[in-house]
Amino acid sequence: MRQGEPTLAKQAGRTGRKFSALSLIRKGMRGGDWPRVWRHHDLAPTYDVVIVGGGLHGLATAHYLAQNHGITNVAVIEKSYIGSGGSGRNTAIIRSNYLTPEGVAFYNRSVHLFERLSQDLNFNVMFEQRGHMTLAHSDASLRTMRWRAEVNKLQGIDSEVITPEEIQKLVPLMDVSGQARYPILGALWHPPGGIARHDAVVWTYARSADAQGVHLHMNTEVTGIDVKGDKVVGVRTSRGDVSAPIVINCTAGWSSIISDMVGVKMPIHTRPLQAAVTEPVKSFLDPVIVSGSLHVYVSQTARGELVFGAATDPFASYSTRGSLEFIESLAGHVLQLMPSLAKLRLLRQWAGLCDMTPDFSPIIGPTPVDGFYVDVGWGTYGFKAGPVAGEQTAEAVATGRIPKLIEAFQLDRFEKGTLTGEKGAAAVGH
Amino acid sequence: MLLIECPHCGPRNSSEFSYSGPIKPRPSIEGLAPEDRAEWRRYLYEEDNHAGFATERWFHVSGCRKFLNIERHSVTNEITSVLTVGEVS
Repeated sequence: MRQGEPTLAKQAGRTGRKFSALSLIRKGMRGGDWPRVWRHHDLAPTYDVVIVGGGLHGLATAHYLAQNHGITNVAVIEKSYIGSGGSGRNTAIIRSNYLTPEGVAFYNRSVHLFERLSQDLNFNVMFEQRGHMTLAHSDASLRTMRWRAEVNKLQGIDSEVITPEEIQKLVPLMDVSGQARYPILGALWHPPGGIARHDAVVWTYARSADAQGVHLHMNTEVTGIDVKGDKVVGVRTSRGDVSAPIVINCTAGWSSIISDMVGVKMPIHTRPLQAAVTEPVKSFLDPVIVSGSLHVYVSQTARGELVFGAATDPFASYSTRGSLEFIESLAGHVLQLMPSLAKLRLLRQWAGLCDMTPDFSPIIGPTPVDGFYVDVGWGTYGFKAGPVAGEQTAEAVATGRIPKLIEAFQLDRFEKGTLTGEKGAAAVGH
Repeated sequence: MLLIECPHCGPRNSSEFSYSGPIKPRPSIEGLAPEDRAEWRRYLYEEDNHAGFATERWFHVSGCRKFLNIERHSVTNEITSVLTVGEVS
């Protein structure tokens, strides 16, 4: 933010929309409606930037375009409601203990943004840094954990390999006896990792983008993108046409289809990833537990529910239906780790869409079509990257230069053969 | 869960099969200099990934161990044809 400008919290305060304990008590005593968190606008005929997709990435991009670069004549166009796609279907895990130096630097910036998000934007996103534990069940995976720990430490990130005894202290219910089919030999321990309330993260960016003058258009579907020569000139939507010199594809699940509208082919195939949640129980699990070999990750929410996620489904699809096979194998794997959960009941399961790239890394930046930018390719790592992806996409769009943090994530890397190879991603078994 | 009508084994659960994606024509790289292999790179990385029907290669790994060409809708998962590779329908 430029010096001398009023902070966002002050701006929000002037419009009577600043949240505080005092405002909560006052409102609670007096009753009445809270002001709408974001407003409805008619579709303007022209915008400086049109963002396709009103999820975490689209809204964060809109927020940083306005806050860091003063670009506020922006529309976020969302087919359904805000945060209805991957932003509301992920398992809300945040961490930066990746394997490649590029990945580590990128996701670490996101952890730092998450740490300040509630204060900066005056909205509690419930980010809890309870620690993130990746279990190793074989010598090979223990070796990978040591490798990851060293790559992480080089960049100053708190990340180390711990023993089964230390795991037992952190998670008393974990079976570290070595008697399991996949015995636990150690773990990569990453204290700054944790979880946040994923809807709150979406809402805080939506609220802040709206307060800065960005138009959020929900229930508006992009049906086409107009290109003249090799330059973007506007988008066609279900509510009318809009002209814009810059269009950013911030969708997940539908990113190939949106990019196809301008004739840019993506190295992406879309797969569903299923997740499930149990009934709420008394708090017993502090860290986030991940097992790459068993394809499962577990965390306990503030409400007490256990949230489970897994690997992507075995075939590409845009269907978000759950399957019995998934729930069966998930339950089996969770019980391998914590046998005492056998009586716990599942409440529901769901699926989100993952845009898998060949190197488990995103694609952020310009495309061969002038004015058409992408922030796509979010496989199993989109939620944790939301703030940094928004910040970097906004910078790339506003300055016309590619920021250092996303140099490795350009679309032309597939042409040049400089893939990133992020084996620290959740979808990769070790 | 997806039920696949295997021409050899009858209706089977998709978990018996392994999936290797939509069938793409493989370009020839015979005699091409490395810098002229853009078509090959497109073949390697670019995906059609559209919402609709596509013909895919599946392998009945826990059944007859035949390779199958399956036409499937990527949104509804509806299967309209299952053919054995190399056999005329």
